[in-house]
Amino acid sequence: MSRALVRALLLVGTLAAASPLASATVDENTVHEIGAQLRCVVCQSLSVADSPSETANQMRGIIRERLAAGDSPEQVKAYFVEKYGLWILLAPPREGFNLLVWVVPFAGLAAGLVLVILLMRRWTRRPAGASTEPAPDDAMRARIRREMAEREP
Amino acid sequence: MTPELGYALTVGALVLAVYGAGAAGLSGFRDRPDLRLSSERAAIGVWVLITACMLLLIYAFLTFDFSVRYVANNTNRGTPFYYRITALWGALEGSIILWAWMLSLYTLILVGRYRRTQPQLYPWALAVMLGIASFFLLVMTVPAPPFERLSPIPADGRGLNPLLEDSGMITHPVALYLGFTGFTVPFAFAMAALIVGRTGDEWITITRRWTIVAWYFLSLGLLIGGWWSYHVLGWGGYWAWDPVENAAFMPWLTATAFLHSVMIQERRRMLKLWNLTLIILTFSLTLFGTFLTRSGIIGSVHAFTQGSIGIFFLVFLAVVMLGAFSLLAWRLERLRARSELDSILSRESAFLLNNLFLVAAAFTVFFGTVFPLLSEAVKGQKVSVGAPFFNLVNIPIFLALIFLMGVGPLIAWRRASAENLRRNFLLPVAIGVVGAALCRAFGVGNLLVLLCMGLVAFVAATIALDFWRAARARRRTGDGWLDATWGLALRQNRRYGGFVVHLGILVIALGVAGSQAWSTQTEATINRGETVELAGYTIRFDDLQPVEESNHFKVVGTFSVSDHRGRPYTVLTPAKKFYPQEQTPIAAVDYRLGFVEDLYLVLGDFARDGSHATIKIQINRMVSWLWIGGFILTLGAALAIGPEPRRTAARPRPDHAVVA
Amino acid sequence: MSARSRALRWAIPLAVVPVLALLAYGFRTDPRDIPSPLVGKPAATFALTTFDGEPVSLDALRGKVVVVNFWASWCIPACYDEAPSLERAWQAYRDRGVALVGINIQDKEEPARRFLDRFGHTFPNAPDPAGRVSVDYGVYGVPETFFIDRQGRVRFKHVGAVTDEILTEQIDRLLAEPA
Repeated sequence: MSRALVRALLLVGTLAAASPLASATVDENTVHEIGAQLRCVVCQSLSVADSPSETANQMRGIIRERLAAGDSPEQVKAYFVEKYGLWILLAPPREGFNLLVWVVPFAGLAAGLVLVILLMRRWTRRPAGASTEPAPDDAMRARIRREMAEREP
Repeated sequence: MTPELGYALTVGALVLAVYGAGAAGLSGFRDRPDLRLSSERAAIGVWVLITACMLLLIYAFLTFDFSVRYVANNTNRGTPFYYRITALWGALEGSIILWAWMLSLYTLILVGRYRRTQPQLYPWALAVMLGIASFFLLVMTVPAPPFERLSPIPADGRGLNPLLEDSGMITHPVALYLGFTGFTVPFAFAMAALIVGRTGDEWITITRRWTIVAWYFLSLGLLIGGWWSYHVLGWGGYWAWDPVENAAFMPWLTATAFLHSVMIQERRRMLKLWNLTLIILTFSLTLFGTFLTRSGIIGSVHAFTQGSIGIFFLVFLAVVMLGAFSLLAWRLERLRARSELDSILSRESAFLLNNLFLVAAAFTVFFGTVFPLLSEAVKGQKVSVGAPFFNLVNIPIFLALIFLMGVGPLIAWRRASAENLRRNFLLPVAIGVVGAALCRAFGVGNLLVLLCMGLVAFVAATIALDFWRAARARRRTGDGWLDATWGLALRQNRRYGGFVVHLGILVIALGVAGSQAWSTQTEATINRGETVELAGYTIRFDDLQPVEESNHFKVVGTFSVSDHRGRPYTVLTPAKKFYPQEQTPIAAVDYRLGFVEDLYLVLGDFARDGSHATIKIQINRMVSWLWIGGFILTLGAALAIGPEPRRTAARPRPDHAVVA
Repeated sequence: MSARSRALRWAIPLAVVPVLALLAYGFRTDPRDIPSPLVGKPAATFALTTFDGEPVSLDALRGKVVVVNFWASWCIPACYDEAPSLERAWQAYRDRGVALVGINIQDKEEPARRFLDRFGHTFPNAPDPAGRVSVDYGVYGVPETFFIDRQGRVRFKHVGAVTDEILTEQIDRLLAEPA
């Protein structure tokens, strides 16, 4: 009994000395995932998960603490948003005005695709009476000459 | 003495450039050979003066001349010799000199190459080049003079930003700027073509090599930037979708689109308007990039400074864009060509789609980069747009582009028959599917990664198939396999150079997909003598030592690493560097690169007595493939730029029938 | 070419104007100046131990106007510029129901103590070892100063070196309010 107690005390002691990772129950991958969605406040574009700065270290420590205390990942993110504002999220939430940034690129691509297809259809429509095999123009002749020359040994 | 001399040289160069631009333009307008000659002399003079400025500044760096503010701000007595030279482009003012110098050099080359061969376009192209050089010289004279005197003269300088003390620092800005400034030449010729009214294919044929060279250097600059970020910045990544990274990526995207669509114009005389638009966009985006870096309107790790210089760049950007697009609008009739497409299944369509996706990607990156500004302007709310957004939106686009890389080169021009499709694509598609299935069998679960692997296998198969078929045809004349392939590559160097470049991009794509999907990391605080395990590696914390360097102080940790069998693998020594001029310490990472995975170690917090330390361990997989892909890309670009082989028979041989 | 397309072609260059306007707007904003969402909300409590070993907590100061200043010894020159102003404000207001607390973040003990000795701060200063308080206050750089009213709500946040004028203006404003 006393040996187990000693061992437990030693374990607690080692864990306490190994702060900020005070809890062994938190999955580092979850910390990394949450950190990847938060912006490191001193680095401009890096995430809290990636940044080597001291601030990011501390923020990761706080993420760990909150997860260990039972917060869900959503709650942890909400905590940071409450303290820093929406700006701390590396991508704005998909609601309200911010929905624009998610929608416009895809809409633009779709619109471009429609435009290209329309153009292609217009360009494949032949005027009546045109021959199916167009006479070789200068570009075509030059190309034929070039390819003939290339075929020579 | 030095500051005043340098300032005089700058003003002299500015005056010459403005004069030269005016003289060249006038000579084009009124056909005055004497003015043309005069402008050429002015161009030479500009280059000489800017070179003198650079040499003077380098001399000031080497002699610790702290009377020059720029020298005092960017070096100190402890800065190593080679960094004192490269500190030339380490901050804002020097970067402008570098840009201006490259512009003047390109102008000289333009003068040498085209003064006799392009009498109509050349004067206007020269005028545009000198006009743009004038702007950069104006910036060197007014808002960002490198030769500002510092008084009283300090005993020692501030020192170089320690993140810039690196081999990447020497090469990344140079390559990037060679790329950026390189696009000025096609742009200048495009403007000349519009002004003169010769809106045919001439300007494209003239500038074809320039475009490839500029594109190549831009690609190289981006890759070196990634490498620099990877091994210096201490976060284990190579691309952060930082606004200024994006600003360099956007012109790369439109330039790639341009590279491809000029091939359609060369073959089919279509898309003249579109190609002019693309080059204007590409050049404007290079200016936008320098504007972002220097204006501070969007915060970035790259941002040099804030101040009035941003206004100069914005006004210039406005002048360039409004002017260029007005010229385009003015000449619109000459650009309307009757476009014809024989079939939707054709190489033309593949190229059109290629352009669509590249421009869509550029638009996406642009929109995401300026959206924080938009949000603030419209809603008064500050938001961030970072990696999660860019990755999500760009991945489908890049996958589509990989697919097109396989389809484009092999599908027939004009109309692809069923026979053509079957012959060229059946086998590669099969290989693609098999490739994806193999990956699945090896345990890859992520759908996007599987798709990417399948597409990469498909494209690689198309390239291999084309090489094999063509080499086999050549072998009929008796060459061995190697000779056949080599001869083929040299003979049709544009085509096969392009293939090799595609191959390089494939390898890079593999590296990106693999590193995003399969890398892993962890963070731990351990006591001396304790170990941490990750992915089969065991890392033991051995020691922590302080070390004095010439211009900083660092604390170095020693970590022994053993592999999964317990055999010693390597010893890593990440450090934390403390520079007197920096507010926070800089992490110096240590890593072991490998073909498949890199082991990457960052030292975090530590106890003063060295009893425990926090380390971040990363296993970054497939990252080396990015650098390998870059190397392959270099080979491909070199091949494509090379001179075309001399034709043995210029006239058609009478015993061969012309094939319709 | 029809008159319509003749007019329409000028839409091409005009299309770039909105983009340029947006970029120009960028000059009026500062990407580093982020408004705090905490203004008007209750200030987060904290319980720390000062460099002198005394406990200091926000709860114990309820009813007073509290000024919380985040600083670090490596924060040159801003923290050094504002330090005398803070001590002056403390001397002027300490007997008028105002509390001043300095919180030292991301620092080592020795340089922090040297900083305090250099400026002779007599108001409580405590280190924030794991950064919990700095994140609780949404701190993204140093120095930052928060002004908390008698009901415990954050009323004003100042980013950067704080001056005598700002200190007196904000403290007087909060003192004038009823308890």
